Amino acid sequence: MVATTHEPGLKHAHFQTAGLPALLLLPQLLILLFFFFIPSIRALMQAFLLTDPFGASVHFVWLDNFTALFASDSYRNSIWVTIWFTLAQNVVTITVALVLAFATDRVVRFQSAYKGVILLPYAIAPVIAGVMWAFLFNPAVGPIAFFIKSLGIQWDPNRNGSDAMLLVVLAASWKHICYDYIFLVAGLLAVPRSLMEAAAVDGAGPIRRFFQIALPLLGPTLFFLTTMNFVYGFFETFAIIDAVTRGGPAGATNILVYKVYQDGFINLDLGSSAAQSVLLMTFALLLTLLQFKYVERKVNYSI
Amino acid sequence: MVERSPILTAICHLILLGGIVLVCLPLYFAFIAGSLTMEEVQQVPMPWLPGGHFLENLATAWIKADFGQLLLNSFIVAIGITVGKVAISLLSAFAITYFRFRFRILAFWLIFMSLMLPVEVRIVPTYEAVANAALPVQWVIDLLNIQGLWEWITGNRIEIALEWNMLNTYQGLILPLIASASATFLFRQFFLTVPEELLEAARLDGASAMRFFWTILLPLSRSNIIALSIILFLYGWNQYLWPLLFTTEKDMATAVIGVKHLIPRSDTEPAWNVAMSGALLVMLPPVLVVLIMQRWFVRGLVDSSK
Repeated sequence: MVATTHEPGLKHAHFQTAGLPALLLLPQLLILLFFFFIPSIRALMQAFLLTDPFGASVHFVWLDNFTALFASDSYRNSIWVTIWFTLAQNVVTITVALVLAFATDRVVRFQSAYKGVILLPYAIAPVIAGVMWAFLFNPAVGPIAFFIKSLGIQWDPNRNGSDAMLLVVLAASWKHICYDYIFLVAGLLAVPRSLMEAAAVDGAGPIRRFFQIALPLLGPTLFFLTTMNFVYGFFETFAIIDAVTRGGPAGATNILVYKVYQDGFINLDLGSSAAQSVLLMTFALLLTLLQFKYVERKVNYSI
Repeated sequence: MVERSPILTAICHLILLGGIVLVCLPLYFAFIAGSLTMEEVQQVPMPWLPGGHFLENLATAWIKADFGQLLLNSFIVAIGITVGKVAISLLSAFAITYFRFRFRILAFWLIFMSLMLPVEVRIVPTYEAVANAALPVQWVIDLLNIQGLWEWITGNRIEIALEWNMLNTYQGLILPLIASASATFLFRQFFLTVPEELLEAARLDGASAMRFFWTILLPLSRSNIIALSIILFLYGWNQYLWPLLFTTEKDMATAVIGVKHLIPRSDTEPAWNVAMSGALLVMLPPVLVVLIMQRWFVRGLVDSSK
């Protein structure tokens, strides 16, 4: 029963039975069929159909749902909002995580205590993180809102779109810094000590070593984290938006995922919502492929 | 450390303290707000020190949001997701790495395609699937025109209408969230690093495939299973979008949804104190998991992103 040809991803020593593996795969494949493949195909189909609100008649409308989307101001607005939101969140998250990781790498005392606290937000549900930030910046009762106002600055995220955007970016970043941080700490730990020592002998100070040795070596990790941050910003921040702003005021924080939900479940425009889902799927696919292609073997995950 | 530089080290400590303040600020104010009365929480500026009403607010939140039931739901859902996903992933990873069968590569790709699309992008169709899981079977029946066939054969007319509604059920909350291959991928990677000799030796001793799985592979995977379970527990506990859509009955909601309902809106009384004590209560189980099992948690986080 020794295999003569080698198949990728198959152990050299393996079994040749046919029934058992089918049985083992059955639960996974059934769940995927019902909750992954069929819904995805349904979304694809619906994207090209137009259903009237009572569900009585269905028409095949080619790309009408998509052209309608790109013609609508609210969708284009939502695209811009998403771009700004994810970019800002990305920059804040990576910068803060890098600074913290650099500092963590330098200190010896209390290192694990620092790490332990900085990792905490990962355990907190996005919606609860959103609620806490919404409270801090609540124009009526929030302590930070009070502080901002006492500086003479206008602050009202319920009316002012840019205030609302700032608030959701802060809340989303707060929740996600720990994720980037843990990978960067691991990445810094993996930078060869000999390299650092050699540079130190040549007279490079800690800051210069960070920028000229550690940072380039962290390149793949940073790329990976950027993709993950986009995935997070695009798809997982739904709860934060829902808790803090509900997409408002006037669509200023209405990111694409939130709009899919609103159009599908509140406005009951299934065709448009499905078309949006398909666009999001395409984008998710691109992000994942990008990640697979460039990151898979290059990032050092050892910790 | 390559060289000693006390000033830089001091600055680093300051930076890290800043990070800790940043992390703790919302938590601290949540705690203060949760310990005040409703009048005190309205004060501008809010007090900087906690008051003495935390337990009182907690009791109010407990009754108002029915946390006894909701926390139980959250535990069932989070543990269901964890156990379910680990179980089906272990089995399917075992099948695709240790068996040679005709559709192995096809099964591999079917499973790994699901890595590419997060659940959030298929909101509406997945909702339909959960509202009536029998829908696909119905299509097959309609497509094959079984009703017509039956009528033609027997002369009797029958109406086949299948319905399997999973809204407001635990399986409706759990199953769609296990439909992803990330854990399968992780276990597959691990199985590929298991020494070949183990199976050869087990075979010489006459062990069957399942016996090899139970007595050798499973114990070897123990640490991977623990690390992954922590991540999955947090994932399940903190779910928001699915419970929001799938549960229309109040007593089937999860604790996180309960917190959402406590937040004051402009037309309700501003009971931020109650909302905040509820929020702290609900974040406690996952926070404890992370604090107690930090090492495993970090490992699971890094592993599960591969």
